[in-house]
Amino acid sequence: MIENRLLRMQEDLRRALTRPLTERRWGMVIDLRKCVGCNACTVACKAENNTPPGVAYHVVLEEELGRYPSVTRRFLPRPCMQCEHPPCTRVCPVGATYRRADGIVVIDYEVCIGCRYCLSACPYGARSFDFGDFYTVERTPSTAPYDLSPNFEYGREWKRNPTNRNASPIGNARKCTFCLHRLEKGMLPACITTCIGGARTFGDLNDPESLVAREAASPNVMRLKEELGTEPSVYYLL
Amino acid sequence: MSKRLLITLLLGLVALGIGSIGMADRLGLGLLHVGYGSPVPWALWVVFYIYFVGLSAGAFLISSLVYVFGFRRLEGVGRLAVFIALVSLITALVFIWVDLGRMERVFSVFLRPSFSSPLAWIVWLYTAYFFLLLAEAWFLMRRDLAQGGKAGGFRGTLYRLLALGTKEDGPEARERDLRVVRVLGAIGMPLAVAFHGGTGAVFAVTVARAYWYTGLFPIMFLVSALASGGGLLTALSAFAIRNGFRKYREEVIGLGRLLTLLILLDVLMEVAEFLVSLYGTAPAHFVPIYDQLFGPNWYIFWVLGAGFALGLPLLILFTLGRKSAFWAGLAGAVSAIGFVGIRWNIVLPGFAVEELPGIGRSFYEPHWIYGLYVPSLMEWQVALFGIGLAFILFALGASFLPLETEVQPASHRA
Repeated sequence: MIENRLLRMQEDLRRALTRPLTERRWGMVIDLRKCVGCNACTVACKAENNTPPGVAYHVVLEEELGRYPSVTRRFLPRPCMQCEHPPCTRVCPVGATYRRADGIVVIDYEVCIGCRYCLSACPYGARSFDFGDFYTVERTPSTAPYDLSPNFEYGREWKRNPTNRNASPIGNARKCTFCLHRLEKGMLPACITTCIGGARTFGDLNDPESLVAREAASPNVMRLKEELGTEPSVYYLL
Repeated sequence: MSKRLLITLLLGLVALGIGSIGMADRLGLGLLHVGYGSPVPWALWVVFYIYFVGLSAGAFLISSLVYVFGFRRLEGVGRLAVFIALVSLITALVFIWVDLGRMERVFSVFLRPSFSSPLAWIVWLYTAYFFLLLAEAWFLMRRDLAQGGKAGGFRGTLYRLLALGTKEDGPEARERDLRVVRVLGAIGMPLAVAFHGGTGAVFAVTVARAYWYTGLFPIMFLVSALASGGGLLTALSAFAIRNGFRKYREEVIGLGRLLTLLILLDVLMEVAEFLVSLYGTAPAHFVPIYDQLFGPNWYIFWVLGAGFALGLPLLILFTLGRKSAFWAGLAGAVSAIGFVGIRWNIVLPGFAVEELPGIGRSFYEPHWIYGLYVPSLMEWQVALFGIGLAFILFALGASFLPLETEVQPASHRA
């Protein structure tokens, strides 16, 4: 019988949640051979985190290789790398962003002063700043409901308000958290469940039984900019 | 108030007035209308911030020549240097403050600092430096303030207030004060090196940006701070004080000589940085430099940087400025203005290369602009606000404070 990857990852996730937080290390493997560049992950991320214009937690980089007629395209989905040694957290002057014991790099919106040093320091361009834009407010005759609906990052309700642009998360740095709010409820990150090619694997890298740990141990694995010593938790299969 | 300071004040007020429009936008809507975005997170205001911090550090370090090393030749403009350092520091901090996404949280850097960040370090160092400058300025001027406080009128009242009860006067008391100033200056020197080197380190420690990630970077910050601060001091000594270029001829020409040396040092640093980076093929090193020289903003390097900040002043200082304080002052002014271009090219080329190839084309949304950054109208207005503030502070201080030292200018001394 063919194993359902999503169900397997779901099981892995539930198992991981039974162990203490300090013993988990969330990680992701993205199989570039299976990625078709559809950007479903990007869209799912936008919808799940309700990110405003200009705030991109997840992107798919496209590169065209070769010259006509032997041309090929390569897609590189890029969530936050959730580095083990994140260059972005060290530079924060107020300690608003830090790496949790389970490996996820988070931002405390109530503390961030909006200096954007972390944006300058991230080697992967994985951080965005919330400039207070809305998709429809002040741009179209009527305001779309999704513009005003809240997001639930970090397990609480965040409502962005066009009449008060001095309220978090506006004016803060923002980033991918592997959908931490979903993980804590036993759900996989939005980009994982939506991937049509089954190119993404998620789970606890500390659990040798997990699918993600098995794939991360493949010989054909690489990580981005390893030479910087950031030790990303996102692996790519080539 | 002299005519030139009145004009400075009026210019400052006009700039502040125009700038208030942008400032209102900034305070009301946050950073919504800025031209930069996540791919270019630091822009015009950061440029002006490091520019003014540099002016402050430079002017202060030059004042230390007088008060710490007893370089009497420049004594006539020593107080002016300390005052310029103070005004520049305040202006710089205004620029970096408005750049924060959450301005009201600025005090978090004091209440819950994270000292793994160079940014936290320098904020603390700026604060120490600010109080040191206040103390130094006060010890330099308090006897004159006490004396002037004996008179009536606005100035007398102001002086009495600022003198904070200082009474005794006389050469001995002044000598004692100068000893205090000497100690303050001696503490201030490593402090200035630390906070401005630290400002350079804010950039230099980011492994993500190869353009900044060099050991030379903080040193370049210091050298160009000295050059730009020296240029401004030369210019203001010559032109801000009535007949300054006649009265303080020796000082201004002396400063001009110092400026020549500092500019040459800066050229050396730039050339070293440029040649090494251009030799290789690594885009992260090569592109930021190549872009400065031949990119769409080439004129910022060639006209403002190479022309105004470095080339033209050197030309003047090697020729007319050798004997004429007027020309030396002019060279200083041109250089000080040109250094804005050098500062621009410190910040912006850092973002010239995408962190990952193709990231700029992965998204098309507001505030997600890779490539050419153009400051928005609101950014320019806020910049005008900051510059206007500097003009006003300077004009008021230069008019009402005893910035001219009682000692005879060098040209009048035997």
